Amino acid sequence: MTNLSLELINLFAAILLMLAFAMLAQRRIVTLVHIYALQGLTVVCATSVVAYVTHQDHLYYSAALTLVLKVFLIPYILHRLIRRLDVRWDKETLLNIPSTMLIGIFLVIFAFNLALPISKLSTSVSPGTLGIALACMLLSFMMMITRSKAIPQVIGFLSIENALFFAATSATYGMPMVVELGIALDVLVGVFILGVFMFQIREQFESLDISNLENLKEE
Amino acid sequence: MSPLVLVFAIPLLGSLTLAFVGTKPFARNVNVAFSFSTFLASCFLTAKIISGGSILVLDSQFFIDSLNVFLVALTAFIGFTTSVFSRPYMRIEQDRGKMTPNRMRLYFSMYQLFSFCMLLALTTNNMGILWVSMEAATLTTVLLVSVYRTPASLEAAWKYFILCGVGIAQALFGTILLYMAAQKVIAPGLNPLLWTNLNAAKGQLNPVIMSLAFVFLLVGYGTKVGLAPLHNWLPDAHAEGPTPISAVLSGLLLNVALYAVIRCKILTDGALKNHFAGRLMIGFGLLSVLVAAFSLLRQRDIKRMFSYSSIEHMGIMTFAFGIGGPIANFAGLLHMTVHALTKSAIFFAVGHAAQKAGSQIMEEIRGLIKVSPAVGWGLMMGTLAILGMPPFGIFSSEFLILTSAMHQLAWAAPILLLGLAVAFGAIFVRVQPMVFGETSVKRLSHPPAILPVFLHLGLALMLGLYIPGYLNTWFLQAAQIIGGQ
Repeated sequence: MTNLSLELINLFAAILLMLAFAMLAQRRIVTLVHIYALQGLTVVCATSVVAYVTHQDHLYYSAALTLVLKVFLIPYILHRLIRRLDVRWDKETLLNIPSTMLIGIFLVIFAFNLALPISKLSTSVSPGTLGIALACMLLSFMMMITRSKAIPQVIGFLSIENALFFAATSATYGMPMVVELGIALDVLVGVFILGVFMFQIREQFESLDISNLENLKEE
Repeated sequence: MSPLVLVFAIPLLGSLTLAFVGTKPFARNVNVAFSFSTFLASCFLTAKIISGGSILVLDSQFFIDSLNVFLVALTAFIGFTTSVFSRPYMRIEQDRGKMTPNRMRLYFSMYQLFSFCMLLALTTNNMGILWVSMEAATLTTVLLVSVYRTPASLEAAWKYFILCGVGIAQALFGTILLYMAAQKVIAPGLNPLLWTNLNAAKGQLNPVIMSLAFVFLLVGYGTKVGLAPLHNWLPDAHAEGPTPISAVLSGLLLNVALYAVIRCKILTDGALKNHFAGRLMIGFGLLSVLVAAFSLLRQRDIKRMFSYSSIEHMGIMTFAFGIGGPIANFAGLLHMTVHALTKSAIFFAVGHAAQKAGSQIMEEIRGLIKVSPAVGWGLMMGTLAILGMPPFGIFSSEFLILTSAMHQLAWAAPILLLGLAVAFGAIFVRVQPMVFGETSVKRLSHPPAILPVFLHLGLALMLGLYIPGYLNTWFLQAAQIIGGQ
């Protein structure tokens, strides 16, 4: 792998990490969708670079698939959902941003430490990427835990999938095509189901606040 | 046509057909017919594997050996009996206005699709497709759990989706790491995600990557197994969905997830050449047994109670496979089979009992035996079987697991016994007044499905008294595969 492409992949990895932090700190739902689309775009760029360097044609297909799915289709569905549910200006109020950022930094350190022994072994990748992918995954988890609204939770879920996809392309040059298609199908169907659920949840609970969903407990 | 193709084609075709005709009253019979055909196809497949040994088909994408063929047969069998049970059960639900024709269509179609996903997960040779089909199974069951559209069922389905989605994302990361380890050692031209290729080269897989991969795979698939502390979705999903779905979740889905963990363990053991994977499974297993046993003490809802009992039993199985060795693996497989049969039988009885009482709260279900002896006895016998009373099969498998624990891991045996004792006390005290005593329950508008309950309990009884020769060799072969030979 040439030096330039290595640098490029590192750059995209860094952008991905920054976007993960941006998501963690973002209160407004519409902006979260924009960040999600940007994340998808970064993953597309990284995949294309890997495809160019390794001459693996199937990676071009998977980059194109990602572009259609994660940059256009899913953000479009989310925007439509937001409009139809009329939650465009909703904000997450119960969120202490400085402390979540601080915990996020610790998560990144943890992820890098976890991935360190593997990065040392790997000959093919720029060493940091697996750690960054793991860090993005953990940050998205944390976002899901700290949010109480339905749509941010779903975006957290989707951005975990983005981080995993990045890990797959940068660390292993992509999974076989059939697996990638399967994963893409699962994600798409999942978004549809969650979208339908949101309408039903709002109908039943008259709000999209997931903190309402706390009735099922042991007495 | 090869029976394997039929095993997939029938449920897939069933799902499509029922998507069109699911609203009609005869759809429930169509559902049974498709499930029965799947079961027949799986019998042919099993016969073929028993006589001819393991097979690798369709460009090596599918691999059937003794380990998974027995789970395929079990899955298809319970899929069939559950469809028989759901015939009267869902009809009564429809009469009571809980189901509309459109929801019935969704129910039937997703039921067949769920069977398809389970069978795909069991027979695929590709670790990536295994993940995809587990996720697809989650999606179908999410729709099934939320089918009543009540606030509680929506809450359960949302929780199920989010928790399992997050959990199973870990398994995908584990799969990526597995792929990474495999790429270094598997010759170019061979697909590094195929389990058979991985198994052939497992001695060379990098131990550092493999140990991290197994942690992620165990946590990921373990969420679906319902291992503590990742079990929170399970009682909600069992309690709020339709009862046939509780039966297949407990009887099938948890088994298939555990099967995925076992496949990963075989690879990890080969790569690490130590007991790392086993020790992790022992830890998670014991924790699940204890957490579930003590949670049982606080239950009021009958379906929640039996779903905690499923967590307990999945913990026992995980523990058994963690100990490893021929006897414990044999016992684990036996426990998987008997638990699936017994627990689904219990859910069949529980479903009708709850319909008779019009409530799932245990204090409102009283004196079942007076109004319908069959349901009452079914629940009582099922409870005794699941609590490990001889002569039912769970007694034999738990006995084997306990003795191998005493031999190899003496400190764990008392913990396991404590869990079993607490579970016994908690469940028996609650079931006894539900079956005997003054009655509070009413008759049903359609005769309940009694046959599946007693068919399952009869099989569980048979496995406790005597294991037929061919089944025995089958278990032994599968235990050998798990042992990595």
